[in-house]
Amino acid sequence: MPYDAWKDNEYIEKLVKELRDSGTNVIIGSLDHLINWGRSNSIWPLTFATSCCGIEFVSLGAARFDMARFGWEVARASPRQADFIMVAGTIVHRMAPVLRRLYDQLAEPKYVIACGGCAISGGPFRKSYHVAMGIEDIIPVDVFVPGCPPRPEAMIYGIMQLSRKIKVEKFFGGVNRQEKQEKFLESHPIEGIDDNK
Amino acid sequence: MANIQEKIAKLFPEAAFEEADTLTVTIPDAQWHELAKTLRDDAEMAFDYLVTIVGMDWKDSLGCIYYLDSTTHNTHIAVKVIATGDRETPYIHSVSDLYAIGCIYEREVYDFFGIIFIGNPDMRRLFLSIDWKGFPLRKDYDMNPDINPVPHENERQSDYTYTYVEDADGKIVKEEKRVFAEDDFVVNIGPQHPATHGVLRFRTAVDGETIKKIDVYMGYIHRGVEKICEMDTYPQTLHFMDRLDYFSAHPYHHCLCMCIEKAAGIEVPRRAQVIRVIMDELSRIASHCLFIGTFCMDLGATTMLFYTLRVREQILDIMDKTCGARMTFNYETIGGVIADLDPDFVKDVKALLEILPKNIKEYNKLFTGNVITRNRMEGVGVLSRKDAISWAITGPSGRASGWACDVRKTAPYAVYDEVEFDEIVRTEGDSMARFKVRMDEMEQSARIIAQLIDKIPDGEIQAKVPKVLRLPQGRWYQTVEGCRGAFGIYIESDGGTSPYRLKIAPPCLPLAAVVDHLTEGSKIADLITIGGSLDYIVPDMDR
Repeated sequence: MPYDAWKDNEYIEKLVKELRDSGTNVIIGSLDHLINWGRSNSIWPLTFATSCCGIEFVSLGAARFDMARFGWEVARASPRQADFIMVAGTIVHRMAPVLRRLYDQLAEPKYVIACGGCAISGGPFRKSYHVAMGIEDIIPVDVFVPGCPPRPEAMIYGIMQLSRKIKVEKFFGGVNRQEKQEKFLESHPIEGIDDNK
Repeated sequence: MANIQEKIAKLFPEAAFEEADTLTVTIPDAQWHELAKTLRDDAEMAFDYLVTIVGMDWKDSLGCIYYLDSTTHNTHIAVKVIATGDRETPYIHSVSDLYAIGCIYEREVYDFFGIIFIGNPDMRRLFLSIDWKGFPLRKDYDMNPDINPVPHENERQSDYTYTYVEDADGKIVKEEKRVFAEDDFVVNIGPQHPATHGVLRFRTAVDGETIKKIDVYMGYIHRGVEKICEMDTYPQTLHFMDRLDYFSAHPYHHCLCMCIEKAAGIEVPRRAQVIRVIMDELSRIASHCLFIGTFCMDLGATTMLFYTLRVREQILDIMDKTCGARMTFNYETIGGVIADLDPDFVKDVKALLEILPKNIKEYNKLFTGNVITRNRMEGVGVLSRKDAISWAITGPSGRASGWACDVRKTAPYAVYDEVEFDEIVRTEGDSMARFKVRMDEMEQSARIIAQLIDKIPDGEIQAKVPKVLRLPQGRWYQTVEGCRGAFGIYIESDGGTSPYRLKIAPPCLPLAAVVDHLTEGSKIADLITIGGSLDYIVPDMDR
């Protein structure tokens, strides 16, 4: 995809600038490039679908949209083997702690894509008594893919955005990501659990 | 129906009758269990199929409306029972000993309205967690999110369930008992598990590899659609139907539209009727295609998914051109359809009809005759006809057990009475039969489409509907044949622009409820086969 065709270049440039500001070691920087090239081309999703969006995710895996072209086809049933969760569908009150637990079980570095209106804001069910108004209160989100459900093309675009983000990250030291997560955990504490331990 | 009314009036002098959409009998709670027994066992009435229980809050009183069908006489009846006791602890006698599905239906009513059923062996909440405050479908429920915030801690779990029984003096006593036996080894399956087809959770008591008992936990995708519908106007409620069983988006939409049209007395133009039926049948083919794909994938034959999705994608393309979406179409409107057919529609559908038989032949060649397939599916999870009716298992799963329950035949709607098609009924009742019924149904759906596709009449696609739609006072019930079984909509109106109560009777709730009964004594691996062959959709059962 040509660079100009992306819709959020300013955001990525800002992210890159932030990273560069702290300075990069030549050797580690080159190693980062190498590792990130590998990582961004083999992000494995967790098989996680609660409703309609999940079916479009199945279509994404099938022959027509074929996410194997990008190296995402290895959908893992266990969060311990996956790189990112595609939260495809509504998250309700009863599911919220389960989602949080799945996220905690993912190995670092980990990413989250909020897929569809329900995962972003509650979508058509905003008035409901049993729906979480977006998953951002439960886990930190990297990419939002709007739609109800998003078309498979939109999902491909969303995951490609994620892989762009991964490409510019510093893998060694993993500073960016962990800092963000710690901040998130501090602002969303669970009673009785100390996240720093 | 007149002689049924006479007969009931003779046996139960307290019964009051009301001729609405369906004959409605109002009976005091004390006589209800006896009436239910008579209705079920009397040969002339034989109401052996409990369609749904509609919990109601009439503000001054709480109660239930039971919809019963007779599978032998094809008659319908509704029974209205008003709960005794005060608003804190309303009571109704349970019918779970007469109808197996009653247990789950009553738990649902308890969850939403807090009505306690005397004699129900398992009076726990169904969709909401045990800590939930209030009963959400009551009219005085406080929706303030501070009362029930999104939980961040793991859910509290109880090993105990409750039964309410009447003692000798007529006093109601609460009894506590264990869900599983004390020394049972309980394994948790789900809610995040690829074989549960969504987020469903089984607590499974096992003895070695043999399943002793399954306790089904639902509600991991309970979105409270019924409550939201009460706050919306009628046209606004339509789009939720797409998001229940997203494979049956067209039939479900069709159902709600028909129910509202029936209530408002709107005549739908013939062109719209035919288009609706074609769309319903196209969805059925697409849905069964995905069923075959995912079911085979559950059994380890991953390749089948790619073959079946090929056809599904072709159907989605046809829908996409006309409806503008791949999944949530929002196509049927009150009084017709939202847009006319795409100019390519007829050509595309004909191309589909041409390749479909070849594809079905290919699926059969690849999978059906395979020796591993047959070993894993034949004789696994056998459901008898009697049990299918008692558990209210409709749709392809019910027909695989020998129960001819196709709504398109028993109560034809739209133009189904003008087309020729066979109702596929098998007698084995095992997983293989459930699979084969769906395979054959695709051919029948293609047959219906072939009869209609050249004869789509010209004319209007949308009847004249008032801008602000108000339904007269009353209640209506409408059923259609969804892709997974009989889907019902109950609307009660108080004359306003939004429904006073909109109840969705999904086919997938019984399908999940019956898993415990079907898997008893079989192996854990068979649970996957049985669950896959029942083909439940979790957002449909949870709503």
